[in-house]
Amino acid sequence: MHNNKFILLALGVIALYVGVPFAIDISGRIDFFYTLTSVALLSIASAGVWLTFYIGRINIGQGAYALAGGYVSAILITQAGMSFWLSLPIAGLFCAVLSVFIGLPILRLRGVYFAMVTLVLTEVMRLVALALPVTQGAKGITSMPLPGELSVFGITLIPDFATLENPKIAFYWMAITIMIIAYAVLWRIVNSRLGHLCRSLQQNEELSASIGVNTAYLRVLAYSISSFFGGIAGASFVSIAQSIYPSSFQVTDSVNFMLNCFLGGLGFVFGPMLGTLILYFGWDLLFTTGQYQLLIYSTLLIMLMLALPNGVLSLFEKKKVGS
Amino acid sequence: MEQIIVNGLYLGAQYALIALGLTLIFSLMNVLNFAHGQMYVLGGFVTYTVVAQFQLPFIVGLVASALVLAVVGALVEKFLFRPVIKKSKREESTMLLAAGIAFFLDAVILLVFGEKQRGVPKIIDGVFNWDFIVIMPYDRIVIGFTAIAIIAAFILFMQYSTAGRAMRALAQDKVAATLMGVDVAMYSMIGFALGAALAGLVGGLLVTITGVNLGMGGPASIKAFMMIMIGGAGVISGAIAGGFILGMMESVGLTVLSEYGDITYLVIFASLMIFLALRPQGLMGKPWG
Repeated sequence: MHNNKFILLALGVIALYVGVPFAIDISGRIDFFYTLTSVALLSIASAGVWLTFYIGRINIGQGAYALAGGYVSAILITQAGMSFWLSLPIAGLFCAVLSVFIGLPILRLRGVYFAMVTLVLTEVMRLVALALPVTQGAKGITSMPLPGELSVFGITLIPDFATLENPKIAFYWMAITIMIIAYAVLWRIVNSRLGHLCRSLQQNEELSASIGVNTAYLRVLAYSISSFFGGIAGASFVSIAQSIYPSSFQVTDSVNFMLNCFLGGLGFVFGPMLGTLILYFGWDLLFTTGQYQLLIYSTLLIMLMLALPNGVLSLFEKKKVGS
Repeated sequence: MEQIIVNGLYLGAQYALIALGLTLIFSLMNVLNFAHGQMYVLGGFVTYTVVAQFQLPFIVGLVASALVLAVVGALVEKFLFRPVIKKSKREESTMLLAAGIAFFLDAVILLVFGEKQRGVPKIIDGVFNWDFIVIMPYDRIVIGFTAIAIIAAFILFMQYSTAGRAMRALAQDKVAATLMGVDVAMYSMIGFALGAALAGLVGGLLVTITGVNLGMGGPASIKAFMMIMIGGAGVISGAIAGGFILGMMESVGLTVLSEYGDITYLVIFASLMIFLALRPQGLMGKPWG
């Protein structure tokens, strides 16, 4: 059984790396590379949101960390001349540290209070980006270089993106690599002692505190991991767009990250990935409907919610119970 | 200084009305209505249609806004929120639904009313001028007092009518209220309709002064969330307090901080965070509403 699962997973990964580019080549829809790259990166941010759901908090503030991560990376690259590959983890760590300071007070809030305050946080980050001199206000930071070469001891691990003839596929591979790592980390967290403790927080915070779980430490930890994902996603997104503005990640994006998790299902590690795929791809496919795009999209969203209020992956759960 | 206070009161009266509707819906059903801002914009457009296109008096427009939004609210509750709440395992799932409804209303407003900024002619001309200490156009004064009158009527309704008492009972304890014979389904629907109607009324009031456009919905929702966080979610007095506090802070901030650039809201947000760290449930909220 365990072996079967492993083979299935390996097949899935191969399909992602080789199968999808092949299929796109055949169909000739080169624009899907950009769509799928975006899906992969956005699903990393959604994975972070999912982790805060896992400790029983509704996080509508991931856009704030994506924006912060994007700006940190952009500033390091353009003003300090740092390599993108180095700025990526720094952006993540910056967000993690930032989220500790923000999280300490606000994680005391629960339920809708936490949801509302994180929503406000997204707006705060946008205003900060507008007000600070280093972020260059509404003009944003533009014309950033493509990710350069990454080499260890003279061996080139990743070639310079600017020299590649097809940077689109390079970005796609980069995005899914980061996504796979992020979800592997997430899966590992959920299936560890930490994950068990997080579940205890989700169910009853007082009870778990009373049996000696350090709840305050745990929720800040989970929140900072979540923000780390947000920062990474933001920084990689900026490298693809080669620009960032205060409006790059807004309240709508924060809400979308949360919707991805809900739609995929909160009880499943791969829920946010599926949710992002459905929502973003659905939105993209509806582009041809022109002015009715938003109407159809929102109607579908509402219908889906009426039919499956517990997420798309709950379909499989029901089958299990039936058999 | 007097001018700042008057401006703050005027803003606060409108904000309090928006927050009242949101907090009513939240207290009854534990639903965070993301679509509240869109409902407010819809109300503005209904008034605009009635007043500017059908050439009817302003008061008819206001009533039409309230009625249309009440119907929308009732339908949304009966056919969308109720079944989802019944079926979903976590009550947060309603957030997705609410966000979907917000998108849906945005789309409908865009298709029906277009993306242009719309306004109606002033209801009264002239400016009130008290020795250049307080200067206020008459129409703003009328709108401000109308808002306060609606707030007062709402409080009286909640305090003394049967429906109001039933809704307060539901907000306090759903199970106990059911045992006392309160029809939960009906009063949830009435509450939702009332909350939506309040949003529509504010939209109708504001269309005479600032006009209305499609993009106003989202920011209005965020402001409403801030107000009920300040006052405490699900508490009527808290919503009113939150509305007036936010209105006053905005009015003071725009005057005092104007030399530092556009940072009023940044300062308000930052102080809100600090305030919530000290008092998570807001001014008058119950802990963990």
